[in-house]
Amino acid sequence: MTKALVRARAVLRTGLDDRGLTRLETMRSAPPLTLRQTARGEIHLVSTGAGPLGGDHLRLDVEVAEKTSLTVRSIASTLVLPGTGRSLMEIHAYVASGATLVFAPEPTVLAAGCDHMMTTTVHLAEDAALFWREEIVFGRHGEKPGRCHSRFDASIDGRPLLRQEFVVGDPDIDGSPAVFGDARCVGSTLITAGRAHDTSSAETTPAEPKTELREAEVAEGVAVLPLAGPGTLVSALGRDAVELRQRLSWGESRVLP
Amino acid sequence: MHGSPTGGMPNQGAATHGLAALLLLADSRLPAGGHAHSGGAEEACRAGLITGADDLSRFLRGRLATAGRVAAALAWSACSASASWELLDAEADARIASPAQRQASRTQGRLLVRTARRIWPSATLNDLAKALPEGSHHPIALGVAAQAAGCTPDQAAMAAAYTSVTGAATAAVRLLGLDPVTVHRVLAELPYDSVIAEQHDWSALPAHAAPALDLLAEQHLRTEVRLFVS
Amino acid sequence: MSANHDDHHEAPDGHNRALRLGIGGPVGSGKTALVAALCRSLGPSLRLGVVTNDIYTTEDADFLRRAGVIDPARITAVQTGCCPHTAIRDDIAANIDAVETLEERFGPLDLVIVESGGDNLTATFSRGLADKQIFVLDVSGGDKVPRKGGPGVTSADLLVVNKTDLAPMVGADLTVMSRDAAKVRDGKPVLFTSIREDKGAHSVAEWVVGIVGSWQHEHGTPHSHSYLS
Repeated sequence: MTKALVRARAVLRTGLDDRGLTRLETMRSAPPLTLRQTARGEIHLVSTGAGPLGGDHLRLDVEVAEKTSLTVRSIASTLVLPGTGRSLMEIHAYVASGATLVFAPEPTVLAAGCDHMMTTTVHLAEDAALFWREEIVFGRHGEKPGRCHSRFDASIDGRPLLRQEFVVGDPDIDGSPAVFGDARCVGSTLITAGRAHDTSSAETTPAEPKTELREAEVAEGVAVLPLAGPGTLVSALGRDAVELRQRLSWGESRVLP
Repeated sequence: MHGSPTGGMPNQGAATHGLAALLLLADSRLPAGGHAHSGGAEEACRAGLITGADDLSRFLRGRLATAGRVAAALAWSACSASASWELLDAEADARIASPAQRQASRTQGRLLVRTARRIWPSATLNDLAKALPEGSHHPIALGVAAQAAGCTPDQAAMAAAYTSVTGAATAAVRLLGLDPVTVHRVLAELPYDSVIAEQHDWSALPAHAAPALDLLAEQHLRTEVRLFVS
Repeated sequence: MSANHDDHHEAPDGHNRALRLGIGGPVGSGKTALVAALCRSLGPSLRLGVVTNDIYTTEDADFLRRAGVIDPARITAVQTGCCPHTAIRDDIAANIDAVETLEERFGPLDLVIVESGGDNLTATFSRGLADKQIFVLDVSGGDKVPRKGGPGVTSADLLVVNKTDLAPMVGADLTVMSRDAAKVRDGKPVLFTSIREDKGAHSVAEWVVGIVGSWQHEHGTPHSHSYLS
């Protein structure tokens, strides 16, 4: 193995400018996590170099300050490759009161032989709005994926909102009709409404957020699931990334018309 | 008077401590309403995802490795705790995305607490019932019932792991007419030990999701003809 | 282990609560029709709740709701996972929960009727669930059914033989049925009805009023209290 193991930590932090608009307080790239601003309050992750490769530890910190909004996307999907040991992608996000975070990168694709860990923690203030999409594709076309373990922990005002782990590459789980069935990818979108969207609330009562759906809905391969706490999870399975995205988009549109 | 598990009776050494209680708790004849829940198996049979012993085995393995692992961890934690039931219950809530599954879990938890309070009266079970009058999640009820019955946390977790698959297996036997001996062999081969572990930090408890079970649970509620509650 | 008197997790007694009446019997004998008839007859004078145990989903509950004989909210459906007799005899937890939830929500009640899913002649209610039980047969099963007995026929507090209007058509001899039932039932009452013709099943309703009366004489008239302790 000639490639040195990568340790990278990228940081994104918003603030308010003197006109009350979102500006980027901090935007620190750390290759292969390269950040590029594409519009006001919008960042694209541009991957420089392949990976992550086994042994790499990548970390992204996102802090969305009060009353600001940030959107994070990526130019392309992330291909996780084998290497020396396990690769780690760690994301920590904090969304302050009245702030909005949209985090919707392209899928993570698990190449053959990879051994990948993804951990995400999201701390939300009580009235923070969140749209967080995570998609995992089990191998490139026709490829048997390596191993992956992802853990997502979201809390709101200090209380747990959603904790979910996915494991790919465990013979008890792969192909089980109770877990992924014959799907080749899994995805979910966590949506919390916040209370900050309603700009016309001055004249009327602070109406319930329109974005809150309290009745579950289900369609082929996708469910819209109101959580016990103030949020909704769209959970989907798909045979390929296109189908997965279609299903998630349908579910998201049920929550955010 | 009810016998205490440490009451100095002969042959109540560490090796058998709590074992009889574990057998009673894990027995499908425990009158706590479990017989009417299929854990998604009824809907999986209806959808053609379970048709025989092989896919039943895959279904149960996946169920054990996800929902079973989470249930075992919650039961372990509940069995070794004495308070803060709302906090542990909130941790369970955060791990069950599907409202249908949360409802089924709470219903079973409420029924189990009602039953367990009569079999193994205990202040801890009373506290749990008072803290969560609508019903705690089933693994928590199971953990506290196990504690009241004199089980160790490992035994509570084993009961949770085991009952996370037996209801589905029985449902498949009833619905598809599978050979019950074959199905029991499938149950005997499952890796229960692999999902049982000591737990100390509630926020870090396993949270393995099973998207297909979520879909099945929600579809089940919307299916007109159904024999099982869940 | 001692428990204070309002700890309901001790063995439940009947003090100050509704009489719980189980209605069982084979598929198609007219259990749901009898429940509807009793609601019709007793609704004006007694505070009622109904729990149904359907084999398939909530069909019986829906029938009763459509019949308009009782406030639909007072009907709860329990699902039985392919085993209706288990839910009324071996594992009554879901039924007890349904009964107590009805009493919580609408109580005090005088009478909660628990209708079993249609099963066979051996299905009887646990005494932990039903204080009294009615077993419903119909004449079309043949006039030998009472003679063959079975726990339902022999031990129910009341045996109802329904669909007497069909007796001539199916060649059932009501005298034989009456004589055989009396023999295996040790003098416990048997009533013949045709709920199709008598929409209120008046003879059965009268019997129920009687047992509710003696129940309340013995256990007190139900008043508000909480099961959540």
